Amino acid sequence: MGKYTLRRIGLMVITLVAISFVTFWIIQLPPGDYVSTLVAQAESRGQVITPEQMAALRVRYGLDDPFLVQYWNWISNIVFHGDFGQSFAYNRPVSTLIWDRVALSFFLSVSTLLFVWAVAFPVGIYSAVKQYSPGDYIATFFGFVGMAIPEFLLALVFLWLGVRYFDQSAGGLFSPEYVDAAWNLGKVLDLASHLWLPILIIGISGTAGLIRVTRANLLDELYKPYVITARAKGLSEWKLLVKYPVRMSLSPFFSTVGWLLPGLISGETIISIVLSLPTTGPLLFGGVLSQDMYLVGSFILILSALTVVGTLLSDLALAWWDPRIRRRYQES
Amino acid sequence: MTERTERRDTGASGTSTDVWDASELELEGATMSQEGMEIPLPSPGGDDESGPTPELARAALAQGGTASQWRLVWRRFRRHKVAFVALWVVLAIYLIMAFAEVLAPSTATAQDPDYAYAPPQALHIYHPSEGLGLYVHDFTVTQNPETFANEFEIDTDSYIPVGFFVSGEPYEMWGLFPMDVHLIGPEDPDRPFYLWGADRAGRDSLSRILYGSRVSLSIGLVGVAISLVLGIALGGISGYYGGKPDTLIQRIIEFLMAIPTLPLWLALSAAIPASWGPLARYFAITAILSVIGWTGMARQVRGKFLSLRTEDFITAATLDGCSRPRIIFRHMVPSFSSHVIASLTMAVPGMILAETSLSFLGLGLQAPAVSWGVLLQDAQNIRTIETAPWLLLPGLAIFITVLAMNFVGDGLRDAADPYK
Amino acid sequence: MLQTPTSDQTTSRRLDPDAPPVLQLTGLRTEFQLEDGVVTAVDGVDLTIRRGETLAVVGESGCGKSVMARSILQLVDRPGRIVGGQVWVPRPASTEVERARGRSRRRRRRRETPAETTVAPEGMVGLIGADPAIIRAVRGKRIAMVFQEPMTSLSAVHRVGDQITEAIQLHAPMPKDVARERAIDLLRRVGIAAPEKRVDAYPFELSGGMRQRVMIAMALSCDPELLIADEPTTALDVTTQAQILELLASLRDERGMAIMLITHDLGVAAQLADSVAVMYLGNVVERGDLAEIFRSPRHPYTRALLRSIPKLGQGRDIRLAPVRGMVPHPFARPSGCPFHDRCDSFQPGRCDTAPPPLIRDDQGHEVRCVLYEEDK
Repeated sequence: MGKYTLRRIGLMVITLVAISFVTFWIIQLPPGDYVSTLVAQAESRGQVITPEQMAALRVRYGLDDPFLVQYWNWISNIVFHGDFGQSFAYNRPVSTLIWDRVALSFFLSVSTLLFVWAVAFPVGIYSAVKQYSPGDYIATFFGFVGMAIPEFLLALVFLWLGVRYFDQSAGGLFSPEYVDAAWNLGKVLDLASHLWLPILIIGISGTAGLIRVTRANLLDELYKPYVITARAKGLSEWKLLVKYPVRMSLSPFFSTVGWLLPGLISGETIISIVLSLPTTGPLLFGGVLSQDMYLVGSFILILSALTVVGTLLSDLALAWWDPRIRRRYQES
Repeated sequence: MTERTERRDTGASGTSTDVWDASELELEGATMSQEGMEIPLPSPGGDDESGPTPELARAALAQGGTASQWRLVWRRFRRHKVAFVALWVVLAIYLIMAFAEVLAPSTATAQDPDYAYAPPQALHIYHPSEGLGLYVHDFTVTQNPETFANEFEIDTDSYIPVGFFVSGEPYEMWGLFPMDVHLIGPEDPDRPFYLWGADRAGRDSLSRILYGSRVSLSIGLVGVAISLVLGIALGGISGYYGGKPDTLIQRIIEFLMAIPTLPLWLALSAAIPASWGPLARYFAITAILSVIGWTGMARQVRGKFLSLRTEDFITAATLDGCSRPRIIFRHMVPSFSSHVIASLTMAVPGMILAETSLSFLGLGLQAPAVSWGVLLQDAQNIRTIETAPWLLLPGLAIFITVLAMNFVGDGLRDAADPYK
Repeated sequence: MLQTPTSDQTTSRRLDPDAPPVLQLTGLRTEFQLEDGVVTAVDGVDLTIRRGETLAVVGESGCGKSVMARSILQLVDRPGRIVGGQVWVPRPASTEVERARGRSRRRRRRRETPAETTVAPEGMVGLIGADPAIIRAVRGKRIAMVFQEPMTSLSAVHRVGDQITEAIQLHAPMPKDVARERAIDLLRRVGIAAPEKRVDAYPFELSGGMRQRVMIAMALSCDPELLIADEPTTALDVTTQAQILELLASLRDERGMAIMLITHDLGVAAQLADSVAVMYLGNVVERGDLAEIFRSPRHPYTRALLRSIPKLGQGRDIRLAPVRGMVPHPFARPSGCPFHDRCDSFQPGRCDTAPPPLIRDDQGHEVRCVLYEEDK
């Protein structure tokens, strides 16, 4: 097992290096570079930058260096100094920009995740066990509807309903009177009253999907011979269900649980934009719009790294959960 | 999250080769024990004079004894009532897409600033004085002196007769034939006719939604087609040959999957030069969406190849001296093509949603191109939605389309395994 | 080659014909409601197994013997449904029922009497329509089952020892380490080498034969009165098959439990059984002593089956005759006697109109065929 983990970590490093190359390539992709952006900014302020100054800036930022040298400058700064570069648009270091918003993104995502699990697992299990019952049909219908509505549309509809019928603006995190207030009970309650809506909206499509997946996975297991064996022992239906088929049906879930990791940081981009939540999502989006490529590139790099780490964690979790996988790892 | 979950699914469930217990019978008949104590079971073929009676054979045939694979899939699919209805809905939607120009009361670009944000008009059938016949009421428009916004009041005294196949706004059918016939419209083309309201430039929302279906619906098909070709080719190579090609392709897939979807899409679409025309942009967006789409398909095809490679009927075909292409195309592909079609159907709505989201964010297609996502961009801020909630209607179109496609895909997936 | 069991072989196991029954089936019917129609897999089966008896249920694939076995403990999954008849078993002690009921908060008031108001044989209880707690008290404790597929019948993610101790603790509360000791004993008893080590193995770490031994150990864990073995050797190779059969025989003799052996292999039946029930399309067409059935089969189906098997001492130039025709499609079930369309003694107007009567001779040899109807 330890050997396997070590080998996987080795592979992970290789993948990360590959990802960092692609990221840097994407950063370089848009026409123009940092200096031309600076020039454009200067011109918009009415300043003029001479070609000589431009050339000097290029040398200063190493923009005429070969690709590999530039790449090395970029990646070594990230790895050794935690410096992800400078955001053109904000004129601030990318790392501070991101860190400012990570806490809220994380909080929002974790709450949503808990909400989704708390609803989807019981409903999915019920739906599978009582297949073709009215409850199953309702859950199935809800599942399909939830998957067919784009999240941003749901957010828009809720916004509209809020304004139209409840005279409440659903956007943002705080009511105007609390925005600059110090933390107190009122502010916390105000935050909670603003957060339940995003959690619900983001959660609905995730819940719908997870209900479908849970139901399908459990249905695959529910009629396997080992379930009949357990029933023939005299186990009660409930204990039987939890101990055997439900446990088995969670294997696919464990194999993907690690992918939630990047989602915890990225914040639900589109929803956050519509509801104007200060998570990392709108930051990334703004970066994309203004072709603030260091910001965007840093996001891709961080999220990809988290995905790769998440995949490893997933596989380890799966091995812990399923002895068959453990054995396959030990053999390979 | 769910998308990820589905992607990992390699769909490695086995496929049996025959219906009912015919295969089981053969199998047991073949396993004669050494002591020779087994009951030799009659061969189901009925190769001697004591074959089955003709009536029974016919009965068995009628019961699906030798129905072709596609007929079995179709039969099972039809039993899935919701999916069957959804299939008709999807076909209708694509028909509407094909004839959008004729069906639309106006065109996507015809505008009339006087009717900016005009609310939907109700279509009436019976008029107290004019009698039976379709008509709508006109508006009285007043300008709010403070906001300068138009305020609309339904003028119940006015009468705008509505007819079928009226001539109105000229257009080019399929970009080829100049025409001006519209299925429905005001008999006087200059009168206002906004069944689903108007946008900020006084363009007809209904017409724009119909025109928008062109991009939104086709992008799913084109994207899935690209994914399919890539996925089947690479997945097939990977699964059938195994070894080095397999390892290489698997690494590429894992790598692509490791890059989180949304940021990748965002970054790639941000990199599309702003100078590109709508058509080039369209294909660029499709290509970007397919970059992710094919990996799931490839994994699935590979899984199928891997599980089929060891099936008895493939071994039998190999022993019969079938050539490799023949084994692949006559034996393996037919036995998983229904699965592939099912997962394709499931992939189309995903692509539609992705395009919509990108365009909504302003990163996909851009005006003057019309797609459902582009239309929803108008509804991005809460003030606009307050004034003109009907701008959310493209969302309804998306919802119905995606829902119907999901149902069809679900029904197909259930039907794809007729031997279960 | 099949040796017809000789009479001196059977005398070694003389059965008490008056021993109390451990299972009694009356008119058991199980249907599968499929999309294309209803398949009656078990069509009115009457069977009795007495204490210590080994009954082999034989028949072709698809004759309903497996479904019949599963119907006994109500283990038939959807779309299968028991639609009629009753399964009578000795009434379990109330303490056992209470234990099986467990901690469930509310006791559902259920009809104690089954849907059909037949009078229960003395000391017995009908399982169909019974309180789930009674069914659970019987499952595993009174009647245990061994299945055909040792590969998939054990949970792959639980250690075999845990799966056995679970069964032990379910019916006889005891500390975990005591149960574990018992599990090791059981594994040793069913012939698994190094049981102290194997108890912590996962099923996929064991061979097919070993897994079937684990299944048997699990089934024996609560000392059942009746063991239902559903094709226990079909998935195994011939050597392992013989070992498993020997194991079953010795366990039976040692514990005095009854066995219902479901098999399509007459050879397997001959090795283990005292009596045989032949099934065809959901009906028991003939039932009697093993030797009796082999020596003088009565039902045309049984005779055809036996003709199709090679015999010791038979001339080598004699051709084996397969049973004529093929098993009808499940939806195209023949009327009257289900076998009439394949039968050599088919009597038109008689066999295809009404189900044949049950004829019973003095030795208790039963057959469902008009050929033996005495004209009165």
